[in-house]
Amino acid sequence: MAELFDAVAQAIRQDELCAVVTVLSGDKIGGKLLVRRERKRDAGGPSFAATGSLGDTALEQAALAHAREAMEARRTTRISLPVEEGEWELLIDVHVPQERLVIVGAVHIAIPLVAFARELGLKTVVVDARPIFATQDRFDHADELIRSWPEDALREMKLNESTYVVTLTHDEKLDTPALVYALGHPVSYIGALGSKRTHAKRVAVLREAGVSDEQISRIHAPIGLDLGGRSPGEIALAIMAEIVQVRNRVKETGR
Amino acid sequence: MKEILADIDSWQQTGRQVALATVVQVYGSAPRPLGAKLAVSEDGAMVGSVSGGCVESATVQEALEVLETGRPRLVSFGIADETAWEVGLACGGTIEVFIEPLNW
Repeated sequence: MAELFDAVAQAIRQDELCAVVTVLSGDKIGGKLLVRRERKRDAGGPSFAATGSLGDTALEQAALAHAREAMEARRTTRISLPVEEGEWELLIDVHVPQERLVIVGAVHIAIPLVAFARELGLKTVVVDARPIFATQDRFDHADELIRSWPEDALREMKLNESTYVVTLTHDEKLDTPALVYALGHPVSYIGALGSKRTHAKRVAVLREAGVSDEQISRIHAPIGLDLGGRSPGEIALAIMAEIVQVRNRVKETGR
Repeated sequence: MKEILADIDSWQQTGRQVALATVVQVYGSAPRPLGAKLAVSEDGAMVGSVSGGCVESATVQEALEVLETGRPRLVSFGIADETAWEVGLACGGTIEVFIEPLNW
């Protein structure tokens, strides 16, 4: 007793993507299953494991498949499974982790970008070691302002599918190590500010650092959708628009 | 769910039974989405919400019965259009709430 709930509470407190399946009707009413992703990442992508019981193995297997789909879509769903005696009504209650935008570079563009990201429901973390940029005054609206070297700050974070990373410092010495580190993690978006020419140079540096072309191709550069804007607000909007596009695609394909 | 965990913890630590109510179906426009939760302790304290406030007291009553019988139940709350506004379900409609003892 209470073991399953403890596991659910723990998963939610850790802000982990998970689903709780509940049987809503019939003689298995109240049956519960907790579905989590397993840590190991083999070639087939993340696998899903269930704890608890619905009182019927076939039902559990069907529920696990639906839970996986709902988790990938990041959406709580109610489903009916047809069985001999009629239908099983199930709720698949998905806990979606808080999404986070990590902004490397407390530059001018970062100020409106924090505002847009907040409005769209992302937590914002601004990282910059340079004291003239990283002031509380400028980033009072950010959820977190970290004054340290980007790479060090990123190492302290959980960089997962709920994370979006942008590098805006205008300084390759700061941006590049942060990019190398972020590329080693399954973050959903990596964008790097800079012209095509800047990016070509960056690609050369990244290759030298041993980053594969496949990894490098994950970087959105030049950053943002092409809205034709130039002001910091317009550039921030272009970046945010691109993040929204990626975010919706992530939801669709369930990556 | 996250926001109700602390209260559930403290109720359980003081040996109180807890029931959990979850919105499992929404017809029309409702103020709380699928999966919204309300927890009820055996002495009638509650945390969280399943609607804009109208259905809460009825849910607490049902939850107390669920704790007595130990059996989960599926409860449907229909709100007529003319009263919907008053009770906080902006466009009327129906919500279905699953209420279960938190003993798993």
